[in-house]
Amino acid sequence: MLKVLKSGLFTTIQDVGRFGYLNKGVPVAGFMDTASAHKVNQLLENDVDSAVMEITMTGPTLEFDNPSFICIGGAKHSVALNNDRIENFKVYKVLPGDILSYGKLEKGFRSYLAIKNGFKTDKILGSRSMYAPVTPKSHLEDNQTIAYESCAVFSPKIVELKVDTFLDNKVLTVSKGPEYGLLNDKQLETLFFHDFTIANENDRMAYQLVEHIVGHKVSMLTSATLPGTVQLTSSGKIMILMKDGQTTGGYPRILQLSDNAISILAQKKFGDTISFKLD
Amino acid sequence: MTHYPISIRPFGVHAILLEWPNEVDEAILENILQFQHHLKVNHLGEEEWEMIPAYNSLTLIYRKAPIRFAEFSEQVKTWYTKLEQTSLPQRFIWKLPVCYDLEFGIDLKSVSEKLGKSIEEIIGQHTSHTYTVYGIGFLPGFMYLGGLPPSLEVPRREEPRLRVKKGSVGLAGKQTGIYPQDSPGGWNIIGSCSVPMFDPKKKDPCFVNVGDKVQFYSIMRAEYDLHKIEGEVGIYKLEKAKWDA
Repeated sequence: MLKVLKSGLFTTIQDVGRFGYLNKGVPVAGFMDTASAHKVNQLLENDVDSAVMEITMTGPTLEFDNPSFICIGGAKHSVALNNDRIENFKVYKVLPGDILSYGKLEKGFRSYLAIKNGFKTDKILGSRSMYAPVTPKSHLEDNQTIAYESCAVFSPKIVELKVDTFLDNKVLTVSKGPEYGLLNDKQLETLFFHDFTIANENDRMAYQLVEHIVGHKVSMLTSATLPGTVQLTSSGKIMILMKDGQTTGGYPRILQLSDNAISILAQKKFGDTISFKLD
Repeated sequence: MTHYPISIRPFGVHAILLEWPNEVDEAILENILQFQHHLKVNHLGEEEWEMIPAYNSLTLIYRKAPIRFAEFSEQVKTWYTKLEQTSLPQRFIWKLPVCYDLEFGIDLKSVSEKLGKSIEEIIGQHTSHTYTVYGIGFLPGFMYLGGLPPSLEVPRREEPRLRVKKGSVGLAGKQTGIYPQDSPGGWNIIGSCSVPMFDPKKKDPCFVNVGDKVQFYSIMRAEYDLHKIEGEVGIYKLEKAKWDA
């Protein structure tokens, strides 16, 4: 068992997501920054759908009671295994009694902790991804324990990954959304030739942007929305739906983020800037 | 069965959006459900494809690889042209129990004033109509219901509440519905439904499907309390009747 000594700001268990229930209004959930989550799982040679811990801004303090191997990555935190600093995208062995503690966030917003063979929380509706009301809790709490398999021997094929400048990337590649055609020249000019700032209202459901563009008077029938759907409200507010986002909505869907753009955005926090680039 | 003209558009690389004429119409919904069923049975297996029907649209989602839009949309068009009327899986009219006591129907008095109707009249009208499920979304288990009589149309509250209780039954404009979870909301609350609309412990967490119908019936407080206890232990029974288009 992994003991959560301190849970941090918003720490969850996530896997690839929950499929097959969109028609019942259940969001897919799953890794926000899929690119980073996949890398930490890959280094441990885990299955792609192995559950990892998703850490948001202020990280947890954790204690292991069995040997295993771990890999962290995504946002850059100062992270210590006992008293030694450990690096992103590198495999480490942990022993019973070892303490992993997250310190200061240095860059990015969400970090992932993978363990050999994944965390073994209960699957609900086919997934371990935490999302209330499907899972009883929306995030981990102090003093709870999380199951994992003991693993004493493992020789990884790749010990360390050199990571690109992913966290510095602020350009979100998008395609035209279903209601892209509603945008006039003025709106298009603002959308594609200006930077936008991440608003305080940002979480696993949606990211709002501080700057508005010209609004509209279009009223449409409710229709499907996806992670990465960029909605424009009548007052000109831009909302980007993320992994826990609602499955239907009534605002025009002006743009759609690429998979990689969702991962890039997942590493942005209040005050960071982004821009849109049409693919 | 009417064959409406449809438009097909890309929706990112993992989805395509099929749209029927922009109207709330049972015949359009029927056409969408027929096509959805046809695709599921003959072409797009449920293991790999997810489909979201809502009002006048059907969204097809495939996560494993990017969809090649040009080819795939032509294929879908051909399938649609060849669509023939088939019988859909059994649909139901769900009879949902609602307690309209003032303790739950916290806006009944103000709705009564706004509409110039007694509370009994409001309950009588709300329970005498059958509503069509045009979509499920917004929250897990939230139904978009059509068919509210114009006499019950009342604008949403000016100030949304930060927390509307799970089970609350509301009115807003042309809509009525049930909040499946505690959530912020601006609808006028007229009662509380005693059976859970979303239960993650069940294999199908929401018993209703798009295309089903819903009818409300009024229950007394004692029955409501009993249902709530049954709901907590997962043994509640649902009243339903078969329904065919």
